Amino acid sequence: MRPGVPTTPVGAHRAQRQPGGSGGSVPTGGPDRVKSTRVISASMTVWQRIAAIWRSRELLVYLVRTEIKVKYKNSVLGLLWSLVSPAMTLAVFFVVFQFIAKNGIPNFVIFLFSGLLLWNLFQTGVQTATGVVVNNAGIVKKVAFPREILALAAIGSASVFFFFQMIVMVIFMVVLDSPPVWNYLPLLIVALLAMLVLASALAVFLSAVNVYLRDAQHLVEVLLTALFWMCPIVYSFQLQLSAKLAHHGLSALYLMNPITPLIMTFQKVIYAKEFVRSTVTHSTSQILPAWSALTYLEADLAVLVFGAVLFVVAIKIFGRLEGNFAEEL
Amino acid sequence: MSDIAVDVQDVSKRFRLHHEKYTTLKERIIHGGHVPYEDLWALQNVSFEVKEGETVGILGRNGSGKSTLLKCVCGVLQPTDGQVVVRGKLAGLLELGAGFQQELSGRDNVYLNGSMLGLSKREVDKVFDDVVAFAELEQFIDNQVKFYSSGMYVRLGFAVAVNVDPDVLVIDEVLAVGDEKFQRKCMERIKTFQAEGRTILFVSHSPDQVRSICDRAVVLADGAMVGLGPPGEAVRIFREHLLEAGDSLGEQAIEAAQAAQNEAASESAAEASGDDLNGESPSQRSARTRPIRLSQVTVEYPGSDEHPYVVSGDPLTVRIGFDASQPTDGVVFVLEIRDAPGNLLIHTDTDILEVPIDVLSGPGVCEFAFNSFPFLDGVYWVNVGVTSRLGGVMFDWGEPACRFEVMNPGRAVGVISLPIRASVRPGSNAETTPMSTASGDDGPTSDSSRSDSSTLDSSEDSLIQRAAISSSGHEGPHGLATDERKAKT
Repeated sequence: MRPGVPTTPVGAHRAQRQPGGSGGSVPTGGPDRVKSTRVISASMTVWQRIAAIWRSRELLVYLVRTEIKVKYKNSVLGLLWSLVSPAMTLAVFFVVFQFIAKNGIPNFVIFLFSGLLLWNLFQTGVQTATGVVVNNAGIVKKVAFPREILALAAIGSASVFFFFQMIVMVIFMVVLDSPPVWNYLPLLIVALLAMLVLASALAVFLSAVNVYLRDAQHLVEVLLTALFWMCPIVYSFQLQLSAKLAHHGLSALYLMNPITPLIMTFQKVIYAKEFVRSTVTHSTSQILPAWSALTYLEADLAVLVFGAVLFVVAIKIFGRLEGNFAEEL
Repeated sequence: MSDIAVDVQDVSKRFRLHHEKYTTLKERIIHGGHVPYEDLWALQNVSFEVKEGETVGILGRNGSGKSTLLKCVCGVLQPTDGQVVVRGKLAGLLELGAGFQQELSGRDNVYLNGSMLGLSKREVDKVFDDVVAFAELEQFIDNQVKFYSSGMYVRLGFAVAVNVDPDVLVIDEVLAVGDEKFQRKCMERIKTFQAEGRTILFVSHSPDQVRSICDRAVVLADGAMVGLGPPGEAVRIFREHLLEAGDSLGEQAIEAAQAAQNEAASESAAEASGDDLNGESPSQRSARTRPIRLSQVTVEYPGSDEHPYVVSGDPLTVRIGFDASQPTDGVVFVLEIRDAPGNLLIHTDTDILEVPIDVLSGPGVCEFAFNSFPFLDGVYWVNVGVTSRLGGVMFDWGEPACRFEVMNPGRAVGVISLPIRASVRPGSNAETTPMSTASGDDGPTSDSSRSDSSTLDSSEDSLIQRAAISSSGHEGPHGLATDERKAKT
């Protein structure tokens, strides 16, 4: 920072900055400063772009904070909503599945939520990110910064809410006495990371496409709903689907959905029980596949690599589309 | 190489103009993915360098690519070809205001903007008070910026840009908004930046601003760089291109004017346009379709035969010869007098002076007469122009049309001599208060001095006694035209 800039009213410090006024001080814009060189051209490699994003990571953090702030602006409870709202939802589901629509699976809410929270992260992040460049047109048209940051910030704020929701779920797990598989816990981190990379790739890609094709926003909404039912979140893959799929030889196809292994990892680690005794019929059934930890890890890592490749491609596409953002908005 | 702050290398920018914008999938599919477009090159092979510590202005008409160029320099737009290399931190104000997030408060926006310019939170903390003080928004800094007035918006934007310690400052016509006080403050800050050796890139519509603060200026016309040089030179080139634009617009004006005339008038005008065109036209660059051209511009004063200078305080008449090759209505003559460094002293025109001008055709003379020319020693430049009252078409412009020297016979020093009287009275207290004495005795004097100062303020009222138009010859078409107009009304 420029030395000797006091935080005084304008008049005072202007006088100080006047040339000669402060005894021939060295002009601070002089050549002794270290200056970064920036090249603005249409040809920027993916790695240069990723480096630029990395340099702006502080902006990313700030944008995430801003988005959370804006979301709860003018509300009395403010940030508390991000805890209250998932807690209420969980409570409602608990009441529904425990007393009204009994499906026999003990602590079904935990099973449901372990997948649902991860899905919510993906869905909110991608959905918000799709519109983010268009919605921030005012900034995009005026200030130069790596615009991918906007999409990444959407994923960032979704992950913040994800963590709040996780806190709520942990509380419920304690209350319902449903411990996770402790030694599988690191798998959660791999799965979450894979989810973040995958979501970021889609977010970056869709945010750019939406500038040129505003349909993307609506299309994404529909496709996400379809994708939701293609993932074993509200139903159990093992219990309700795998036999039928195997019969038609579609198991591989179903499992190619990159989100499925991530969801199932979460369910395995958090819900823990492979076999459950129904509270209604008292018969035992298998709710989660009997995969080893290594199988889960391999599946998650595969998704992670897939996501990383997708991310690079997305950045590349974003770079090509970005050139005309300011004129298309 | 290292002392170049901004290096614009062969930059071109193409815009696709879609005649209809198909942004929905349905429309795209209906049109088979082919969207009709037209290419518009907003910038073509623009190259220049801005050295560290230099202030470079960018001049150009609307749509000449000024803003596009600045956006490329800022990195908001990517050039289609070529590249821009910027050394050091760049802060810019593009068009109206910086990029603010409407929902956030002014405070948050300062931080957001700061972090977009690459500052850490702690760095913004340090300058935050400066920013708020400069923008004079202490009371409103916690309000959402969507409730800000446009002036507040720009003030905050400018305050952020100049307080984040940029090496290169880019300003796009923002000084046009904001009140006079804030504009002055901005100019002061710009001058401070210049003194500190920072680089400034400055777009302005006002050649005067460019002249007064820039070291060099770039002139853009239709996306191409047509001039680069010292401000005076650049302003001249800029005016030249304005003239050419006036020509192309002038054709429409001519058509409109002709529609108002009857055929006889335009025929005789066509006859008239053949002769007597070889006067000393100050600008003979494109005499093709100009309906009115300026010819000789002279300055007349008492004793013009004896000495080559005007005596300060003497009457002065600027005589502008013109030639209307076609009958033209709604003509305005413009007079500008500048001192040697180029400061504008007087700008007036026949519209301001409320001189009625009929349809002009053929050669004629317009005179601007000063009762007394009050400026002291120096060389003065006269610029004259002829424009149309509606549409602002510039038919012809002479800069400089002529120059004259002023000799000051008196002992007064300074720039201007005004009728003035001084009186000193020895202190007498008692009955008469000094105030009442002064006003009682100096009544006439103070009156006259007041009228003098008002003379200075609105020179066109009394300093210039008259601007007269006399059109010689060709009474026929002139008369006819007036008759015709009378008949129409």
